[in-house]
Amino acid sequence: MTATSSPVPDQQAVPTPAKSAGVSPLRRLFSELTRSTSGFIGLCLVLAIVLLSVVGPMIVGTSVPGDPMRAWEAPSSDHWLGLEGAGKDTLHLLIIGGRTVLMVGFLAATITTVIAVAIGALAGYFGGRFDAIMLQLTDIVMTVPQIVLLAVVGAFYKLDSPTLLAVIVGALSWPVLMRSIRAQVLSLKEREFVEAAQLLDVGWARIVFGEIVPNMASYILINFIIAVTNAIYAMVGLYLLGLAPQRGINWGIMINDAWTKGAMFNPDAMPYIIAPVTMIVLLQLGLILLTRTLDEILNPRLRDR
Amino acid sequence: MTADAATTDAPSGAEVTGPPQRRAGTSLGHRIYHSFVLRRLLRSAFVIWVVATGVFLMVRLLPGNPVDVYINQQIALYGKSYEQAAAEAQNYFRFDPATPMWRQYIDYLVGLLHGDMGTSITTPGVTVTEKIAHYLPWTLYSVGLALIISISIGLLLGMIMAYRRGGIIDHAVSIIGSGFHAIPNYLLAILIVVVGAVQLGIIDYTRMRGNHSPGVSPELSFRFLSDIGYHATLPMITYILTTVGTWALIMKASTTQVLGEDYVTVARARGLKDARIQTNYVGRNALLPLIAQIATQAGFIVGGAIFVEQTFSYEGVGLLLFESINTRDYPMIQGVLLVVTITVVLANLCADLVNAALDPRIRLGEGGAA
Repeated sequence: MTATSSPVPDQQAVPTPAKSAGVSPLRRLFSELTRSTSGFIGLCLVLAIVLLSVVGPMIVGTSVPGDPMRAWEAPSSDHWLGLEGAGKDTLHLLIIGGRTVLMVGFLAATITTVIAVAIGALAGYFGGRFDAIMLQLTDIVMTVPQIVLLAVVGAFYKLDSPTLLAVIVGALSWPVLMRSIRAQVLSLKEREFVEAAQLLDVGWARIVFGEIVPNMASYILINFIIAVTNAIYAMVGLYLLGLAPQRGINWGIMINDAWTKGAMFNPDAMPYIIAPVTMIVLLQLGLILLTRTLDEILNPRLRDR
Repeated sequence: MTADAATTDAPSGAEVTGPPQRRAGTSLGHRIYHSFVLRRLLRSAFVIWVVATGVFLMVRLLPGNPVDVYINQQIALYGKSYEQAAAEAQNYFRFDPATPMWRQYIDYLVGLLHGDMGTSITTPGVTVTEKIAHYLPWTLYSVGLALIISISIGLLLGMIMAYRRGGIIDHAVSIIGSGFHAIPNYLLAILIVVVGAVQLGIIDYTRMRGNHSPGVSPELSFRFLSDIGYHATLPMITYILTTVGTWALIMKASTTQVLGEDYVTVARARGLKDARIQTNYVGRNALLPLIAQIATQAGFIVGGAIFVEQTFSYEGVGLLLFESINTRDYPMIQGVLLVVTITVVLANLCADLVNAALDPRIRLGEGGAA
């Protein structure tokens, strides 16, 4: 981190572009990831849920037939997780319901990361007035609790599509990441390779986005996953409160549906509530395990101790 | 600290009393510290002003703003004339549509300074300020107490984890902490109700929800205090369980780092007692990064309160906001948003000041940078 003051900066500076050119860095990362137990579990959880939610609907179809006469039927061999209040198969709903959650999570995280990296890198590299204004701006945005702001925005303006929801979540949650990216850039821009690029006079755009940003790739990856976790937290919460559009099927809507129908106090409704909750928790757990492991792999200082 | 800053307002007084050299040093330090506090205060005021302005713009100016919506609704639903509806809107939102926008803006800010945020639409005759003053203490009480408990436990666990890295406690807390961190607080609240109350019947949910039992009035008695403690248990457990792991991990990381510092080795070499090293040398320095985190976490928990309070019917600001949103009580929403923001700004301010008091580098560094 502190490249200039550290007595052995070379050790940390080396494993950037030069060394990883031989073996594919992605493959190396993958093998390190699968070697650690928690990283492997996390990876499996996330992959399984993504697979289930992306491929699943293609196999079982997206329309769920409902038979209101058989509401809250207990789990059976035909319906593994039983039926919900309108006689629809819970497992079927569960498979379909993941798509929106994942889509919003990843889209929002992408938006957050892109904004944060662009602004953070530029602010850190150039400093000066732009930097000061951006810091002030993040100060303000970070102050207002995000969920409260989202809820209020959702109340004032109809959020009528998941995509819009993702855009708003993404647009509101970049400040924290931007600050840490900026701090990284502040230390990276003193390194030799940046100096070399400056001497070659390749232009600021290439220095910032061609030299500095790729050197933060691992850091950005970790923070991207954290951003996915946060976005999923926010969006499921909004669905749960009924502040997001209740059309379609997703895990948040399922929980909200169960709650508003009083399924909490109906023992037969257990699977219908527990199933989406479990899915969200497993997804979050997988993502968190991934970030922790990646952090350990990519951050040698944590591993040594 | 504030008392210290106040007494050094007059620099002449500092020169007269005490040994001259030492006083000169503290006087300079105090002046910088003083300006640090001042700058922080100004910044906080600025943030509050920006948020207030943002709310103003959101409510009055943007297309589809609540005032227009309200007026149109009144005309469409009850066949009121535009003037009549506008007059009502004016009453609720405390503004006069006939005056120019800048004038409205000034009136709005002056109103805010007097604590005037309009009148609730759903409960006529009750001002927004009164209503918030009724709900806010419950949130502050439950969230604040939960935060203190959670931080204390987290600190302890984190230090133990750092001292016995790789031990049973380290692994157990890491795993359990990650697990609970993965459960969003609103889902944990739902799980507590579904599993704990309905399925297992351990928790008497119907009796525990709400702020206090009916018939118990606010007073300074054991009965009242134990009753509100009883009712706040479920929300507080939710807040504590979902945050304590994070605190422990932060504390572990910062303690581990401090343990590697040279001054700890030197302290050991000097043969100081372990207890003294742990508190004065390690603990104090490991605590610093934690305090900065408290402010951001406080905001997060207050945000999460909107879900948790709704699940447990705990009548705090979160529930108030949720109900106001559902009933489209715009003046109320506006008021809650402002009050919550101000609360978080003040929490930030406190954390900054405590941090600066503990760590001279912060206030001196800021002073040099500006």
